[in-house]
Amino acid sequence: MDFNHTEERQMLADTLNRWVMQDYPLADRLAAGKSETGYAPAKLSALAELGVIGALFNESDGGFAGEGFDLAVVFEAVGRGLIVEPLLGSAVLAGGVLAAAGSDEQKARIEALIDGSATAALAHFEAGDGYDPAYIDTRAAPFADGWVLNGEKAVVRNATTADVLVVSARTKGQAGDADGLSLFLVPGDAAGLTMRDYETIDGGRAAEVSLSDVALPSSALIGAEGAAAAVLEQVLGRGVLALSAEALGLMEVIKDMTIEFARTRKQFGVPIGKFQALQHRMATMLLEIEQARSAVINAAAAEGKAGVARERALSAAKVTIGRVGTLIAEESVQIHGGMGMTWEYPLGHFVKRLSMIGHELGDEEYHLARYIALGRSAA
Amino acid sequence: MDLTYTPKEQAFRAEVKAWLAENLKPELAQKVKRGQHLSKADMEGWHATLNARGWLANHWPKEHGGTGWSAVEKNIFEEECCLAYAPRVLPFGLSMLGPVLIKYGNDAQRKHWLPRILDGSDWWCQGYSEPGAGSDLASLRCRAVREGDHYIVNGQKTWTTLGQYANMIFMLVRTSTTGKPQEGISFLLIDMNTPGVEVKPIHLLEGTHEVNDVFFTDVKVPAENLVGEENKGWTYAKYLLTYERTGIAGIGFSMAALNELHDIAADQNRAGRKLADDPLFAARMARAEIELENAKTTNLRIVSAAAAGGAPGPESSMLKVKGTEIRQELDLLKKKALGVYAAPLVPEAFEPGFNGPYVGPDYAAPIARQYFNNRKISIFGGSNEIQKNIITKAILGL
Ligand SMILES: Cc1cc2nc3c(=O)[nH]c(=O)nc-3n(C[C@H](O)[C@H](O)[C@H](O)COP(=O)(O)OP(=O)(O)OC[C@H]3O[C@@H](n4cnc5c(N)ncnc54)[C@H](O)[C@@H]3O)c2cc1C
Repeated sequence: MDFNHTEERQMLADTLNRWVMQDYPLADRLAAGKSETGYAPAKLSALAELGVIGALFNESDGGFAGEGFDLAVVFEAVGRGLIVEPLLGSAVLAGGVLAAAGSDEQKARIEALIDGSATAALAHFEAGDGYDPAYIDTRAAPFADGWVLNGEKAVVRNATTADVLVVSARTKGQAGDADGLSLFLVPGDAAGLTMRDYETIDGGRAAEVSLSDVALPSSALIGAEGAAAAVLEQVLGRGVLALSAEALGLMEVIKDMTIEFARTRKQFGVPIGKFQALQHRMATMLLEIEQARSAVINAAAAEGKAGVARERALSAAKVTIGRVGTLIAEESVQIHGGMGMTWEYPLGHFVKRLSMIGHELGDEEYHLARYIALGRSAA
Repeated sequence: MDLTYTPKEQAFRAEVKAWLAENLKPELAQKVKRGQHLSKADMEGWHATLNARGWLANHWPKEHGGTGWSAVEKNIFEEECCLAYAPRVLPFGLSMLGPVLIKYGNDAQRKHWLPRILDGSDWWCQGYSEPGAGSDLASLRCRAVREGDHYIVNGQKTWTTLGQYANMIFMLVRTSTTGKPQEGISFLLIDMNTPGVEVKPIHLLEGTHEVNDVFFTDVKVPAENLVGEENKGWTYAKYLLTYERTGIAGIGFSMAALNELHDIAADQNRAGRKLADDPLFAARMARAEIELENAKTTNLRIVSAAAAGGAPGPESSMLKVKGTEIRQELDLLKKKALGVYAAPLVPEAFEPGFNGPYVGPDYAAPIARQYFNNRKISIFGGSNEIQKNIITKAILGL
């Protein structure tokens, strides 16, 4: 066993952390999140130049890394830096689908994602049913030489700025069936595609995506018809790992801010960090973050494997992150007192992002139930 | 022991319900339910409606405009108001300053200020906290120096809730720097329109403007605005805080939140069934409900045991800790229940008159914001850690 990152990975993490410190101050990130695009395109290009996006794909897809630990390293830094650029949605999710199942022609689009000249988004989840990826009602029917899509997708991050959407739709069966799901490449300016976009509470933008008779050529189908469930499981699992690592980075920053605050804020003539009632709670924060770090390591190690062990480790990470994330978010604000409640002080922005990670790709309860179900099927 | 409501109490509940049905405008209740922005006029209007019925200052002694209700009746009233989504009665004049003036003010002050609280002539805010004096309130430094018929006030207050609407502020000020810090504090009433008072907004993490910094530069305050005796303000301040804490427990708010949570869980689906039927989520909802049922009884026990018309002593700290923990858990569960629809932030949805189209379900918009905003309830009114310190000292004797 070896619990150190490779030199390359450590270097990438250091580079990215340094870049955030020097070139992307919090005020700019908040402004980017509030802007019309929901992120700063120039910063996405800068991230591409640093090799951050390439690190999320393996060599055969035009990247240079792409393993579980690469995702973990990059996204921990994304969390630390509160980076709002669409790395998860564009590279890991939509790009991940192209890498996993795309034709050569479709895979050719990955290059533009890696160099930051284009973005993509995965439009998968729907309003009807929480987080189970099989509950998809959007339909794709054969039409002329291709397909016609109809349906609604919920809370798609960075959808309006994406050059292409990867859209899941049912070619047979009904919501809840794993069988019969297919994936399609839909140009951002396709006729019949409309979006209502809005800010999100954690900074950035998302949209409700509506597909009304969107006609696509046969070449828009990604992978085999009706067989997208396995592709989605693979890709969403990588997304879960990325989110868990991001949460870990956020928690580290939040913990450091809290301890620093406890050292400097004085009440009753002493730093509040001298009160044992708070000391023990900060000790608990540390213990739990270390548990979360182990969960992310377990998930990163399992990500490249196949089968139930992979899925259990990924769900375990999201369960842990969900529980510990809530604890860290709530305790840090409490220990800051009123100061933690303000917009001006940085803490709240990290806390909001951490808290909202619980609402992406399945919450604690969803992954706990999934973990239980996976365990039974392994037995 | 008997936990059943007497026929008189039942009749009272029916009366309150009927009155609310008739006098709480559906548009206003809808705004409260939807978490929309309440204007100054909305809040003042609701105070006026209650006042017209004689129920605004229901907890004051009868001779000052109160109702003479029992603890149970006050509780019934609060529950029904919350369940009907009435705007909350602003505590600053009614639940904070009012009781202090009644107990410690002089006749002239009572005669002048109490009717103005009732008829809405004054909007009060609370000037306790300072940048350096939060939990350690007694370390406050905002200075008031007596010069003839006036005090001259210099310093800063912070976190002043709704100070942007207020014309009056009740303040803790330092009038002496000798002896223990608690012994040099006075309770002063200041007109916010006096030259030298400046209010600046503080934005909270979820983006709302609810609190303010208030600066005082050579502000001239008539000496008759001193409440009670000079340097005795700490006693009055603590008395006020027990009222504040009991209010923050917010059992009625939790009852309304639990109803909303059940409605949301009955509307949201997970894996092809109702969220309410998801065993993991149902268990969390049930636990919150059980806690709330227990807290309702604890609340009634404590409030009833307190001397008639008075506020509970250190037991108010118990109510505050438990009450806020339950409210915050319900806020968390409501946010969880929304799934992906917790994230969209649609500012239009908070403006009056907004009728959609919503993003996701029509109840979703305010919920994540409320969750973040309500982190405050375990911080203000004396943080929950401070409450536990009080319990440790005053109840456990440690
Ligand atoms: C939204 C909001 C509205 C408010 N409205 C008003 C208002 O209208 N008027 C007003 O006067 N004030 C108001 N307050 C201020 C509020 O009362 C203070 O925030 C509160 O007293 C805590 O003080 P602080 O924020 O300075 O935190 P601090 O006192 O700095 O506390 C920081 C942390 O240290 C802990 N701590 C402090 N001392 C101890 C100890 N001895 N043992 C263990 N833990 C300790 C606290 O519990 C907290 O977790 C408001 C605050 C908020 C957030």
